[in-house]
Amino acid sequence: MGIGLKNLLNPLDAVKYLFKKPHTIRLPYEPKVIANRYRGIHVNDWDLCVGCGNCARICTCQAITMVPVEGIEPKPGSTNLRPKVDYGKCSFCGQCVDVCPTGSLKLSKNFNLVSPNREDYVFIPSKEWDSGPGTGWESDLEYSILNFERVEMPERPPEERRKDFEPVILGFSEEQAVVEGMRCLGCALCMDGCPTRMFIPQYIEAITDGDYEKSLKIFYVNNPLPEICGTVCTHRCEDACVYSKRGQPVQIRYLKGFGASRIDDRAKVLGTKIGTKRGRVAVIGAGPAGFTVSYYLRREGFDVTIFEALPVPGGMMRVGIPRYRLSQKILDREIGFITSLGVEIKYNTRIGRDIKLSQLLKEFDAVFLGVGFHRGIKMGIPGEDGEGVMQAVDFLRKVNLGEEVKIGKRVLVVGGGDVAMDATRTPLRLGAEEVILSYRRREVDMPASEEEIKEAKEEGVIFMTQTLPIEVLRDSKGKVTGVKYVRTRMEDQGPGRRPRPVPIMEETFIFEVDTVIEAIGQEPDYSLIEEEIREKLTFDRNGKRVVVDENGMTSVEGLFAGGDIVNYRGDIISAVADAVKAAKGIARYIEGK
Amino acid sequence: MERIEHFEYFIGPQHPGVTGNMSYHLWARGDEIIKMVSSVGYLHRGFEKLMEYRLWIQNVPMVPRICVPEPDVNETLYAMGVERLAGLEVPERAQYIRVLVLELARLAAYLFYFGGVAGALGLYTIPQWATGDRDYILDLFEELTGGRVYHIYITPGGVRRDLPPGFREKVKKVLKHLRERLSDYDRLFFDNALFIKRTKGVAVMTKEYALEMGVTGPNLRATGFRYDVRRGDPYLVYPKLEFDIPVTGDGDNYSRIMQRRLEFEESIRIIEQVLDMMPEGPVITKLPNPFRWKIEKNDVYVRVESSKGEFGYYIVSDGSEKPRRIHVRGPSYTHGIQVAQEMAVGLRIADVPVFLFSLDICPPDIER
Repeated sequence: MGIGLKNLLNPLDAVKYLFKKPHTIRLPYEPKVIANRYRGIHVNDWDLCVGCGNCARICTCQAITMVPVEGIEPKPGSTNLRPKVDYGKCSFCGQCVDVCPTGSLKLSKNFNLVSPNREDYVFIPSKEWDSGPGTGWESDLEYSILNFERVEMPERPPEERRKDFEPVILGFSEEQAVVEGMRCLGCALCMDGCPTRMFIPQYIEAITDGDYEKSLKIFYVNNPLPEICGTVCTHRCEDACVYSKRGQPVQIRYLKGFGASRIDDRAKVLGTKIGTKRGRVAVIGAGPAGFTVSYYLRREGFDVTIFEALPVPGGMMRVGIPRYRLSQKILDREIGFITSLGVEIKYNTRIGRDIKLSQLLKEFDAVFLGVGFHRGIKMGIPGEDGEGVMQAVDFLRKVNLGEEVKIGKRVLVVGGGDVAMDATRTPLRLGAEEVILSYRRREVDMPASEEEIKEAKEEGVIFMTQTLPIEVLRDSKGKVTGVKYVRTRMEDQGPGRRPRPVPIMEETFIFEVDTVIEAIGQEPDYSLIEEEIREKLTFDRNGKRVVVDENGMTSVEGLFAGGDIVNYRGDIISAVADAVKAAKGIARYIEGK
Repeated sequence: MERIEHFEYFIGPQHPGVTGNMSYHLWARGDEIIKMVSSVGYLHRGFEKLMEYRLWIQNVPMVPRICVPEPDVNETLYAMGVERLAGLEVPERAQYIRVLVLELARLAAYLFYFGGVAGALGLYTIPQWATGDRDYILDLFEELTGGRVYHIYITPGGVRRDLPPGFREKVKKVLKHLRERLSDYDRLFFDNALFIKRTKGVAVMTKEYALEMGVTGPNLRATGFRYDVRRGDPYLVYPKLEFDIPVTGDGDNYSRIMQRRLEFEESIRIIEQVLDMMPEGPVITKLPNPFRWKIEKNDVYVRVESSKGEFGYYIVSDGSEKPRRIHVRGPSYTHGIQVAQEMAVGLRIADVPVFLFSLDICPPDIER
């Protein structure tokens, strides 16, 4: 290519830009329009943030540390830690935002952080930087690197399962368990939700690695009933799971059940080693609390004798929970392992009737009381003592023990808790044609667990919410013919308080039923304790529960307690937690004697 | 009086005559270079080692720093490598978006290059223009990725976000502007007598020498050897796109610079096709839990045609949550050290910066 005149003159063409609008800096000054996805300084909504620390763990630059913030109260599923960012290290990649399960952490469009002081570049982001140009990079579920959807637990179809007492859930396959378990981020917030603080992230990791022996060992550190809890636990851990804020929590309960079900022979993995002989302990009640305290004390070398009023072990786990939710096989396996360690059980032995508590206190070094709530509360309406009216706990116990129960064609169940759900679904399996559930509040107010409500509905239970029975109608022979009821309306009780149902008395309706099952709550039966001891015991305000100290000991020396008669949650895992505490307390107490 | 045999000059690491944080030590007799020694080591950050201590996903913000002017190549390579190791499928839309990002980055890198070369020649208008025009591309990146320079956008499994609304039109507007500007660049720079006189026939690299030294990319094509990874080892959706591999053939400074000028047009063509052909759909596949993502024992070499040549990643996984080894093959390694110091011998001092800029050396990818 030769060089011509063109090559010399052409460059002068650039002069034309002298008269054009410049495309860089203009006057008057135009502020920069910042892109909507701009990755600037962090913004964190402290109310949404749960302090899980995933942002700190993902940070490539280690710019984020979790620090406690004053004024934030830690609670299950939320710590008082909040991310503190060092802007000398931060590279504004936004991965902390993408990995934030709650979506509280965002990046703003602000990028002007200028200060002569080094300290000003390290701070705990709050909403402060959200002002001005606003929020930039935000967490988006569509593009999230987290998996907010759980693996659905396979279940038998409702038409099939409502006919028999075989388990409703079929259990995870190995692949499903791994996929579900791999969702766990390992932030351990769930542990705060668990009353006994099981080591959840650790055992989930072991399960996903296929190391079931390791997971079993982790379960037994503070829960000797893992498969039972892995089937019917109230799973407070899942409510605390970080995924529950915007998606579905990791199914910790079923993962635990899966892990525990993999190993049939507990003794082979956990051993049967018993400590050196240390003392004798009597346990009253062969329920979750009783077995837990027995297991840990037996391991420590104590001789444990359980006194049980019923002819079978398991307490409410056996006679309260229907078989379709918790199979006999699981119960026998878990209880069998504990008894195989040398825990003696005396069946058909009711305290107060067959043996006196004072006698036990004398004979044994310590006594653990874990009798539970086995007496149903009555509604207190006319006609309640008629034939065909029964208490849910009595009904379920009879069914579970294989006793004959007369059940009609149309059944009305009153209540909204888990017991009520069991009491609605069991009659269906016994041949009832129609089961109606009456509850005085709304469905959202029901204390029953979500899946129980869902399953009951699938099986055809008719939900009549905001209804309040006022009278049981009977025929001349005293047989139940129906229930008279009124509707209720919900009265707001102000923020943070449960709305109260108020009956609308003007109009009454009638359920035409032949059986009524009451499931409005249970209470303890303290008649088994002698007068002298009962007087020394401290009860809570409404006199239902026994007050214990941090060792699980009641105000009577040597008498420990746990389970429903102590805690307000009334589930298996809380009983286990009480019992773990009491087992340590008993060991310490006997040691110090 | 002692006779002075030669002068010694030091250019870099802080010198407008070199392309970044490296230096050259020159020995000149009169105006002629008799020896040049390249010196790297001012920039070593140990990324390859750092990556061995981070989770698979944690390396995503790390890799772009390996090449500052064109970070997306690294993101793509890392993502492609991890995807191949883990057997991940990338949605088609994400592949189109990746091509869009890569070609936009190529345009931005070439604009930077034009500015650099022109600056070394003393034509100071071009750097101003090129930097200004590059900013329009950076604006697009900001809109798309949230970052102007480090985009951290391409991640294993796809891309982190879909195109924002109205983005297609914005890209088209910028492309139209760049096409118009290209004729201005031609008149002001590529047809400029000064540019032609200063670069033609200077620092000629033969095809044989280039192949022997492992030179790739535009520098190789400027010697007349038609090779491009986009055609030679196709990746993403390049096989579906129509574009030419221009080849200038003289191997001198002029050819190297004009090579980029021609490829600039091809990149615009590619982006226009991508915008028209891009299908709807998801942009990222579901990744495993980032904290527990393990990749089975394997190794993979992936390569991409960057603005400087073949960029490659060799990734070894050992079944753990972290890479066992990542080796980066930076394209500048070949022409930035050995080739530069051998070819500089015989040049005039004033031609050295132009020569170095014409090679397009990126020190960050020499010493990761």
